[in-house]
Amino acid sequence: MSYILNTADDQKAMLEAVGARTLDDLFYNIPEELRLKRPLKVPEALAEMELQQLVAEHAQKNQVDDKAVCFLGGGSYDHFIPAVVDAVASRSEYYTAYTPYQAEASQGSLQAFFEYQTLICQLTGLDVANASLYEGGSAVAESVLMAHSIHQNRTKVLIAESVHPEYRQVLQTYAANLPLQVQTLPTPDGFLDPDDLKKHLDENTLCVIVQHPNFFGCLEEVEAVGKLTKSSGALYVVSFDPISLGLLKRPGQYGADIAVAEGQCLGNPMVYGGPYLGIMACREEYVRKMPGRLVGQTVDRNGKRCWVLTLQTREQHIRRAKATSNICTNQGLFALRAAVYLAALGPQGLRETAELCLQKAHYLADQLQQIPGVALKFHRPFLKEFTVQLPGNAAKTLERLLRDGYHAGLPLGRWYKSLGTCLTLAVTEKRTKKEMDGLASALRKAL
Amino acid sequence: MQANQSTELLFEISHAGRRCHRLSAADVPVKNVAALLPKEQIKDTPPPLPEVGEIDLIRHFVNLSKRNMSIDTNFYPLGSCTMKYNPKRHERLAALPGLANVHPLQLDASCQGMLRILWEMQSILGEIAGLDAVSLQPAAGAQGELTALLVAAAYFRDKGEQRTKVLIPDSAHGTNPASAAIAGFDTVDIKSNDKGIVDLADLNAKLDERTAVFMITNPNTLGLFDTQIAQITKLLHEKGALVYLDGANMNAIVGVTRPGDFGADMMHYNVHKTFTGPHGAGGPGSGPIAVRSFLAPFLPAPLVAKDGDQFRLDYDRPKSIGRVRSFFGNVGILLRGYFYIRTLGPDGLRAMTQNAVLNANYLLARINGGYEVPHGHRCMHEFVASARALKREKRISAMDIAKRLLDFGYHAPTVYFPLVVPEAIMIEPTETESKETLDAFADTLLRICDEDAECLHQAPHALDISRPDEIKAAKEPILRWKP
Repeated sequence: MSYILNTADDQKAMLEAVGARTLDDLFYNIPEELRLKRPLKVPEALAEMELQQLVAEHAQKNQVDDKAVCFLGGGSYDHFIPAVVDAVASRSEYYTAYTPYQAEASQGSLQAFFEYQTLICQLTGLDVANASLYEGGSAVAESVLMAHSIHQNRTKVLIAESVHPEYRQVLQTYAANLPLQVQTLPTPDGFLDPDDLKKHLDENTLCVIVQHPNFFGCLEEVEAVGKLTKSSGALYVVSFDPISLGLLKRPGQYGADIAVAEGQCLGNPMVYGGPYLGIMACREEYVRKMPGRLVGQTVDRNGKRCWVLTLQTREQHIRRAKATSNICTNQGLFALRAAVYLAALGPQGLRETAELCLQKAHYLADQLQQIPGVALKFHRPFLKEFTVQLPGNAAKTLERLLRDGYHAGLPLGRWYKSLGTCLTLAVTEKRTKKEMDGLASALRKAL
Repeated sequence: MQANQSTELLFEISHAGRRCHRLSAADVPVKNVAALLPKEQIKDTPPPLPEVGEIDLIRHFVNLSKRNMSIDTNFYPLGSCTMKYNPKRHERLAALPGLANVHPLQLDASCQGMLRILWEMQSILGEIAGLDAVSLQPAAGAQGELTALLVAAAYFRDKGEQRTKVLIPDSAHGTNPASAAIAGFDTVDIKSNDKGIVDLADLNAKLDERTAVFMITNPNTLGLFDTQIAQITKLLHEKGALVYLDGANMNAIVGVTRPGDFGADMMHYNVHKTFTGPHGAGGPGSGPIAVRSFLAPFLPAPLVAKDGDQFRLDYDRPKSIGRVRSFFGNVGILLRGYFYIRTLGPDGLRAMTQNAVLNANYLLARINGGYEVPHGHRCMHEFVASARALKREKRISAMDIAKRLLDFGYHAPTVYFPLVVPEAIMIEPTETESKETLDAFADTLLRICDEDAECLHQAPHALDISRPDEIKAAKEPILRWKP
């Protein structure tokens, strides 16, 4: 009962003021037969020190950091997190506040989110960004709901098979009971071939979705796909990797109408999959169809610049069943972390991070290709992730490499039946030559 | 002390050539970028992000933080949001590298500690709900609602039944109808009666064979436990429909009654509320759902399974709706919820509920009379007062009261919600506040309604800014800084 302040005397005085005899009397509205007559079957209370021992014991059993070097990606990456990010996010004035409904008492968060929105616009080259969605997968689904409210008469959604398989699954789940047909376009060569896309585009196409770089690590033909999509009148949705934009052209430059991303890579820990950060940006003309919170600049009664939640008539608490989305609580603290991260890196830092990933990933790819039977699966340019083909089942090899101290990659057979021998590896700026050489030599032995 | 630096934007303090984070040099042979990436894919200059040094960055965000009210600095009785204390031990434990650095796709064998905690959390949440199966996947309460409604839709499709309607009380959170719409249902409003609970006649009139789900918040947003709940769930079940409990108000009933025991077939938790994840100025939350066994096959994949003493992710769920987000769930918040439950234990959880309800009732008793409380003299963990009479007699609105409270160092309650109470002031003190805090807050509330109306119209007076022009913000939206 660590956090309750009421003493027995307090309770007595308070019950008296209320006009109740006992604590149980307070629940008089709950019919007797519906009450739980026994204690909950949950473990007994622990003191802080006991809890810490227990949790540390569990944490010990997870192989992380030097117990197993991380070459896993697929939307969650072991990038370096500068100390300033944790320093800011651990200010409890931020993390113990809630949605800034009372603007006068929340200018700190509101301004930080306004800055986040601006940073995302700068990053993507698009006009507007919202104050966050949950994560990369539901951001894709939300972009389709948004597209559907822009073009209500179009119902066909085209999504490349090279988009993260879990993002595609989320989209299928969200779209299951809506008048939408989700069609997956095969990507046998590791990217969406614009000529294939052309065959599927028609007047009913609502949007085209690609991921760039995609789940295999390959770059997509984003300009060609964008031109074709536009010419059919469909909306162009791109799921991007924020770090890649230190080097690659920005979604706004190659015609994206809506850009979404997993923002975990921007200063957020991996923590087994969440909380992460759903990023969404779009062209100005679509702002009133956007899901989620938006922070806007205005003035107070004395003409002083300040910030508020705005365009709330899009949202569920006003529009209810007709809202652009059901999202309420978002990922505020992680948007703050991303803002601090981007400001800490600045343009040069982002460029250098992307370049380090690029150089190191290519170094590792070179090393692995020297192993007999190992080859790059796709002949496409890549940035920080790439896919190799092994001589045998990749999942078996992974278990062996884990024993040697490596999370060696994602076994694609789990999501793509025809790619059972393939492994996708991610290399962040944190990976060292020694770690990569170690992985190469372990793989050589394992095969 | 006025911190002027913090009111400038990052972009205004940017200075070309400055930077905070520096990277190490490459320890591998470096190739020409142009040899690795096609020219047409490369952008010659990186995005135009601001350039700031470390001390500028820190000073900026630390000064900004001081312009927030938060639980750690102020009493924050924001109704419906359960703003209880966020224990510091949770932050320390969640940051342990053995938890924070686990990749979501690493092999099950390499994260047994994590899987064990999550497996325990599944069973604990099932026990508290009185329901059989739990998915920890949804990222927030609203996503939990959507997930459960998708589960319901899949269940009826599997049974070959055509059910198109979801019934929702008019006092419900806006997320309920919004979630129902995405799940493909038509929404039908159910009226509240003069006691503030479900109008049974209206429910009966609208309930039919097309009804899939009745979504009920119990206790509801007025802070009232619906005494008819057993009757309501019986009615729904007789028509073959399901009952969904919006668990936003679980802080009022944990350990006292269980949704499964009063007839709910599915529910979501807001772990960040009931089990105190920090609300992060808007999130993250975590919205696990619990369901009866006949709905379990439709839950999203994966769930955590236990074979002997080994834990694994179970993806083999052929009837599953799929998934509503990538990866496992908002694990960081689930961990904090787990820490809270383990700290409290069974007796502590019950004491949590009892004291949350005691604090709310005490506060209600203290201000009743000074303020109108339309729905009775008792409540569960929160209550809704109304400024209707004040507005009529003194031109003082709920918004005026809210703004004036800020001057006295209190975060305002939720105002203008629920929609069924005019000039609503929704107050939820939570169990982690003391009698002294409640007394001081009650004194302030009572004092405010005796103040000069003009003073209130102009409030707040003591904050960095006065009331913002929201109409201007919406009419001429400025959603980003521009050079």
